Amino acid sequence: MSQPFRLASGGRIDRTRPLSVSFNGKRLEGFAGDTVASMLLASGQHLAGRSFKYHRPRGILSHGSDEPSALLSVDWRADRGPGHRDPNNRASVVEARDGLVVKTQNHWPSLETDIGAINDSLSPIFVAGFYYKTFMWPRKFWDRVYEPVIRKAAGLGEAPEVGDADRYSNRHAHCDVLVVGAGPAGLAAALAASADGQRRVILADEGAEAGGALLNDATSKIDGKPAMAWVTEAVATLDARENVVILPRTTAFGYYNHNHVCMVERVSDHRADAPEGLARERMWQVRAGEVVLAAGSHERPLVFENNDRPGIMLAESVRAFVNRWAVLPGKELVVATSSASAYRTALDARAAGMRVSIVDIRLEADCGPELAAAKDAGITVRNGHTVIQALGSKRVAGLVVAPIGSDGSIGEKLTLACDCVAMSGGWTPSVHLFSQSRGKLAFDAELDAFLPEKSAQAERSAGACRGIYDLAAVIADGAKAGGGDLAPETTASFTGFQPVRVLPTDADASRVKAFVDFQNDVTAKDIKLAVREGFESIEHVKRYTTTGMATDQGKTSNMNALGLVAGILDRPLPAVGTTTFRPPYTPVTFGALIGPARDELFDPVRKTPIDPWAENNGAVFEPVALWRRAKYFPKSGEDMHAAVARETKAVRTTVGIFDASTLGKIEVVGPDAAEFMNRIYTNAWLKLKVGGCRYGLMLREDGFVYDDGVVARLAEDRFHLTTTTGGAPRVMRHMEDYLQTEWPDLDVFLTSITEQWAVIALQGPNARKVLEPFVSEIDLTEAAFPHMTVKTGYVCGVPCRLFRVSFTGELGFEVNVPADYGEAVWKALYEEGRKHGMTPYGTEAMHVLRAEMGFIVVGQETDGTVTADDLGLSGLVSKVKADFVGKRSLTRPDMVMADRRQLVGLLTRDPAEVLDEGAQVVEDPHQPIPMKMIGHVTSSYASENCGRSIAMAMIDGGRARIGETVHVTTPAGFTEAVISKAVFYEVKGETADA
Amino acid sequence: MLELNLARRAPTAAPLASETGVTVTPLGPEGRLAFRIKPAALSGQGTIDGFDLSGAINSRTASGDGAQQRVALRLGPDEWMLLVAADEVDERCEAIAAALPGAAHALVDVSHREVSFSVEGPGAADVVNAGCPLDLSSKAFPAGSATRTILGKAEIVLQRLATDSFTVTTWRSFAPYVQGFLVEATRA
Repeated sequence: MSQPFRLASGGRIDRTRPLSVSFNGKRLEGFAGDTVASMLLASGQHLAGRSFKYHRPRGILSHGSDEPSALLSVDWRADRGPGHRDPNNRASVVEARDGLVVKTQNHWPSLETDIGAINDSLSPIFVAGFYYKTFMWPRKFWDRVYEPVIRKAAGLGEAPEVGDADRYSNRHAHCDVLVVGAGPAGLAAALAASADGQRRVILADEGAEAGGALLNDATSKIDGKPAMAWVTEAVATLDARENVVILPRTTAFGYYNHNHVCMVERVSDHRADAPEGLARERMWQVRAGEVVLAAGSHERPLVFENNDRPGIMLAESVRAFVNRWAVLPGKELVVATSSASAYRTALDARAAGMRVSIVDIRLEADCGPELAAAKDAGITVRNGHTVIQALGSKRVAGLVVAPIGSDGSIGEKLTLACDCVAMSGGWTPSVHLFSQSRGKLAFDAELDAFLPEKSAQAERSAGACRGIYDLAAVIADGAKAGGGDLAPETTASFTGFQPVRVLPTDADASRVKAFVDFQNDVTAKDIKLAVREGFESIEHVKRYTTTGMATDQGKTSNMNALGLVAGILDRPLPAVGTTTFRPPYTPVTFGALIGPARDELFDPVRKTPIDPWAENNGAVFEPVALWRRAKYFPKSGEDMHAAVARETKAVRTTVGIFDASTLGKIEVVGPDAAEFMNRIYTNAWLKLKVGGCRYGLMLREDGFVYDDGVVARLAEDRFHLTTTTGGAPRVMRHMEDYLQTEWPDLDVFLTSITEQWAVIALQGPNARKVLEPFVSEIDLTEAAFPHMTVKTGYVCGVPCRLFRVSFTGELGFEVNVPADYGEAVWKALYEEGRKHGMTPYGTEAMHVLRAEMGFIVVGQETDGTVTADDLGLSGLVSKVKADFVGKRSLTRPDMVMADRRQLVGLLTRDPAEVLDEGAQVVEDPHQPIPMKMIGHVTSSYASENCGRSIAMAMIDGGRARIGETVHVTTPAGFTEAVISKAVFYEVKGETADA
Repeated sequence: MLELNLARRAPTAAPLASETGVTVTPLGPEGRLAFRIKPAALSGQGTIDGFDLSGAINSRTASGDGAQQRVALRLGPDEWMLLVAADEVDERCEAIAAALPGAAHALVDVSHREVSFSVEGPGAADVVNAGCPLDLSSKAFPAGSATRTILGKAEIVLQRLATDSFTVTTWRSFAPYVQGFLVEATRA
């Protein structure tokens, strides 16, 4: 494809750097500085896609990020393998570069011949609310017929089929002033804000070049110089200031609290020379002292029949393609407008060599100086005319226009042959970011626009995004927003427009497709239908018709839709409401949002000091909170069941070694430490002797069990407290909360020591024998070191806190050593232990062993609605303490009901049957559904040591029902089980507390 | 008493080269003492056992040189992290306790709880800012600053030693994540 529509000179393209792009397999030529849209137009091609619903041929509507129609699938690095393609890129903002492979979307078999276009002829049935009306019945068809078909038909592009191969990075940044938009207002604001070298300024613009609308402007002068000379000078000045960061290709897409603005910078997509591994995009999270929004405005399309034909474009976009990209979007141009600004397009297009005429809805008397300028240039202007329809299918071929009589009647029609239409229905300030910042909008009838009224944060809007359109005023407004003063002499701009919602026509409105929302294929008649069916709020109309709900968020359509609804209802426009603007302003890649948080950086995987040994010894791991813990250590050929049977047996017959390092640990220090423990836990602590350990139960304020663990008193004023693995952070928070807000008078300090100590549990009859050779300065005998005591000394020459505790019922020690030594001490103990039958065991065996003894696990037996008494642990709740956290709640009537769910055991009739954890328990399996459930299974295991399955369950009034038979759900139905005490095993030989 | 000369093992990878001028290097063992005391209990003492506690919150004060260096990071109104050579911990604990007779305080050895990395080179602040939301300009966070903050999804203590030199300290199980995050951030 050559470039027959490229002008011989001019434009902001670099003709010394030709390039090519693959477009639907064909070679498309252009130059550095082009977009895919400008290359398509240079080649004479307008057809760039098929529409969402009717598969109508669509062209290029705009030159910017508001493009609703020309959406492309782009493989950004086809030469680097899969994983670089994404759908729905707007052709108008895809910077051209050698090697891009782009394809049009939403058609089959081809862009030119699309079978889906049948929808266009069937459109009488595809009216607004079609889905809601049609797919209601028969109801059973939804899952198998309607939904799959709709899913296949819906959507524009195709999601990538492989993982994203690119890198994305993230950067937090701070500045005094963030300026969004580098058009005349933004540049003036940045210049003013950065004049003081102490103020850090960030200037971000979504485009590749600064200048905004001035990039399209070949005629305006600022202080006697061409407008772009002023831009170049401003950028040079800003560039020279060390306090300024200029970010091109950076879209501010989300404006959050505290002036937190999220922006995505496209780092490498435009670079043919991008080294492999360079981040594709960078997310900027900016916290700004002040924000200046200079986001500009969006041009409104005109709504008339077939206004979506390829070749029909926004007027300013035609001007942009002519001036900025030196491309003629056609030879014969009709400018259809209700806005003065479009006359500039007519003048520039004519100067560039197009044949031009103007159709203006406005009467001559309503026009400004633009009319004379056009006439002086020899352009035919038809004032007081409407557009009845566009002719042509895959390219506009003509425009049928007619004069509007003073009574609103349509006069004699006239067909204007053309291959390009520049339309303008006026301008809509871009208030998206302002609205996201929770600023209040107010409707300005004069400008027919919602404008920023009251800022909610340290923010100011400047220029066109607050309805200021004259160039001199825009620059002055920008400077003022930046805290300065600028009053340049400029060429006067053509401003002002007459709002028009749907162009007058004498055609049968029910047969006309005049598009309001191009991306979601919503026509004026769809909106009329919605209103007729009773939808009056714009939020309802929006959802019913889907207008404004596509990825372009209705940038070109919102005001026309609002105005149309208001017009039909005959209400003032603000009474219909405004739509809510939500982030992101333009679509953002998932990659940019995720940044580096993928694969091994997705989440920290916390590993214990002993983890390398476990990995080398074949452990199977499981996640527990952020930790990964060894679940079991299978020998070759063993499944989990066999491994756990062997591990649990070893603990009861010889000795097991277990990595308990993940247990939460908190050192509680201070003269009031015992008093603090007394208030936090339910049981008594003041009398615990130094060197003693005690099991503690902790409640929330509502009286329900929150956490548990063993606590050791190391000194009068020092406790070593343990928590559950998953509960460690929340227990720390809970305790700090009480300490800081309820009891600031207590002299106590909390320090997390979870990771200071590696914890090696030795459990089983031989535990003492294994430990003995390694211990110094500690007497391990029963008399000197009984159950539930703690001693400090040395193990393997390493300082140690040695606990005599047991979570298995067997003789047990927990060896706490400084974490860096954990693996070495483990290895030393394991080597010695092998002489005594030592077996490493994992979390699964640990769970089975504790269940055999009836020990609870918080979070397994408890679910936040369980009291100490429910667990049979009322003995741990002090009756004499004046207060502790949760005490008051324990006397509430619901907390003392006799038939509360209580912890019991369940023994299946068939000892080999293992119940499902979470299974429901009922009395009578033959009762009608819904059945009355009387409880549920909390823990269930095959127990090698008991020679049968065991289960723990919470059953209504369970302790009084021991011996009763109940029925428990299984995947197949029900099975029988007998309620028992929740203790299943009796330790033989030396027990934990011998 | 059975003496086994056990080696310490920290959960970090070897120094990983980065593509830019910023290097991320795991630092060796260090003595770290979590020190808590209400300011009133200090009774006006600015220095305890050679640790300068007079610095403002979020500051780092250092005294002494080489192996004798004593660093105090003021992390909160009543919270300091005291840094000494790894083999000095027991002596310092005794000396600090002796210097505060009767004053309610907590001194907890957390040397093994944490791992530190140096992040050094031109643009080191940008590397830290990849995951840390703080303002790291030399005005807001000058050399001599120290604070508890976050890096990505991990909690860290961040010290700035010089314009282009930071120390990042994190709990040991977060160390591989923090190291990986920092190295990833050194890539452009």
